[in-house]
Amino acid sequence: MLKINNLHASIGDKAILKGINLEVKPGEVHAIMGPNGSGKSTLASVIAGKEDYEVTEGSILLEEEDIEELAAEERAHKGVFLSFQYPVEIPGVSVTNFMKTAINSSRKAKGLEDMPAKDMLKMIREKSELLEIDRKFLSRSLNEGFSGGEKKRNEIFQMAMLEPKLAILDETDSGLDIDALRIVSNGVNKLKSKDNAVIVITHYQRLLDYIVPDFVHVLLNGKIVKSGTKELAHELEAKGYDWIKEEVGA
Amino acid sequence: MELKEKLVSSFMAFEDNVDVNSSIHDIRTEAIKTFEAEGFPTKKLEAWKYTSLNSVLKQDYSVFPKQDNEIEFKDVKKYFIHDIDAYKIIFIDGKYASHLSQTTHDGLDVCLMSAALTKPKYKVIIDNYFNKIANKDGLSSLNTAFAYEGAYINIPKNKVVDKPIQIIHFSTGNEAAVMLQPRNLIIVNENAHVQIIERHQSLTDNPVLTNSVTEIFTNKRAIVDYYKIQNDKQTASIIDNTFINQKQESLAKVHTFSFGGKLVRNNLEFYQNGERIDSTMKGITVIGDKQHVDHNTLVHHIEPNCESHQDYKGIFDDKSTGVFNGKVIVEKLAQKTNAFQANNNILVSDKASINTKPQLEIFADDVKCSHGCTIGQLDESAMFYLRSRGIPEKEAKALLMFAFSNTVLDSVKIPEIKNRITKIIANKLGVNIGFDL
Repeated sequence: MLKINNLHASIGDKAILKGINLEVKPGEVHAIMGPNGSGKSTLASVIAGKEDYEVTEGSILLEEEDIEELAAEERAHKGVFLSFQYPVEIPGVSVTNFMKTAINSSRKAKGLEDMPAKDMLKMIREKSELLEIDRKFLSRSLNEGFSGGEKKRNEIFQMAMLEPKLAILDETDSGLDIDALRIVSNGVNKLKSKDNAVIVITHYQRLLDYIVPDFVHVLLNGKIVKSGTKELAHELEAKGYDWIKEEVGA
Repeated sequence: MELKEKLVSSFMAFEDNVDVNSSIHDIRTEAIKTFEAEGFPTKKLEAWKYTSLNSVLKQDYSVFPKQDNEIEFKDVKKYFIHDIDAYKIIFIDGKYASHLSQTTHDGLDVCLMSAALTKPKYKVIIDNYFNKIANKDGLSSLNTAFAYEGAYINIPKNKVVDKPIQIIHFSTGNEAAVMLQPRNLIIVNENAHVQIIERHQSLTDNPVLTNSVTEIFTNKRAIVDYYKIQNDKQTASIIDNTFINQKQESLAKVHTFSFGGKLVRNNLEFYQNGERIDSTMKGITVIGDKQHVDHNTLVHHIEPNCESHQDYKGIFDDKSTGVFNGKVIVEKLAQKTNAFQANNNILVSDKASINTKPQLEIFADDVKCSHGCTIGQLDESAMFYLRSRGIPEKEAKALLMFAFSNTVLDSVKIPEIKNRITKIIANKLGVNIGFDL
């Protein structure tokens, strides 16, 4: 599904990713953990195609195709989805119209006609129920005045609508109370299949009790310094990151 | 011959050809003198600092265009808001086009300025209203001197007009270049309610210069909802001078949508003569190439407990230039005034520019006045957010621009106008949008 080889990326003169190697196979859930400033969000943004970052070395392959030169929207059309840590507020564009535009843009890129309005409404209804989203919420301006929990639920709602192959959840648990965490995790778990994959980026092990990872990676100073199974997350929760820093000599 | 001399020397011939009552003759004579003394405004005037008329004045305009031009409805249908029933007052090269119009005298007057200026039965009204609030500067005086044709609308007390009134001025360009001086007079009596749509449209690639004056009187508790659609060819320029006199508890709203034209100057002035008046002016400007749009607004708060709301949005691409100069005067007597003004702009290209200047003159001490202007680019993080969901760059930009201008579109009360404006903006931004906002 996703294969990242020796990825280096920088913003301005500052190198942030310093040789990432990661392989994610269909049906897998990978967790990426690490302290603040280790490069977790940068990795997510670089995979999704944010132009602020420059890839200086290495490659990102999605289903064997190098996507490094593709624009963010082209990556989205190929099935990459990023759930934002801080979803952007866009006054004047309703959630529903935003979703219609996004879905029909992807369909157009694939040479398909617009989705019939009836099908769109049905899909919106089903997916909003999955995330326990109130219908009124859908006519509000995108993320404007949403609580932290509503924003994150809305992100996963978008993921449900767009049905990506590879979903990257960037700190989706931050700002969530326990009920919202349950709803969001439940949504992600229901969307998981043997054909898609999820990368969960998080500080805390808490989310991983709900979305159980097959692999856990520790990102430190722009590199994956340790990989393991879900037990590694428990260990990090109990002991922090210092022991890893010592272990790898960082 | 310079345009000014040409106009001044044509005045006598013009007066000989129109048969108006003597009071108008005196007003006109005075007006041409004013124009002769003041001429066209130059950048030396504070109010014209950022707009130069030089490039539009250098054409050799015909000041009495030939008036024998026929156009058929099917050829100009697209310039009408044609999907609604409406009264229509349509002009071609300054002359009334009856075959395109639908006027009335049945319970209200939706008819012609030329009739109002010449027929004895309108004399009292003309004496009371004509040229009473129009500015006495060079441009408005020029229009007054040549005032003859345009819309005359008089809505009697308590009348809620059942459908909008469309005023369209077409120019056909049978001559190399024409200058038009349309003159509109609109009187909305006590408790009456009317919606008006105004448009100036060139059908030629020859230069057209329109110097229009509209006087609007909204009497006690009257409501006027006025829409100006400025989407003319880039060979046409307009100076729109609109003056609104409001009496107590009246509500006047003017929306100005500026997308077309070479040079557009809107002088929009509200005078509040009464208490609890609401004056609202909103605008969306979306221009590119070398277009220039200048909004010059004035709200004169004269009496207490009144409000004014200004919300102008501008999107400027290529080498286009914009001006917003919003003047609010609050007289000493006008306590408890609420005056709000916002002018927000997006510069899409680094060669585009906007000069925005709020001008508040407040002489009362118990008032709420706010103003804010912003100039920015599109929000990069919002762009990435939209694109990461699969929305291509161009559509994402358009979506953000629509979202940006939505506060103005929101208050458009006629859905067909809203649809039309949305389509024009989409077209202007080069997208075929599938979203409705």
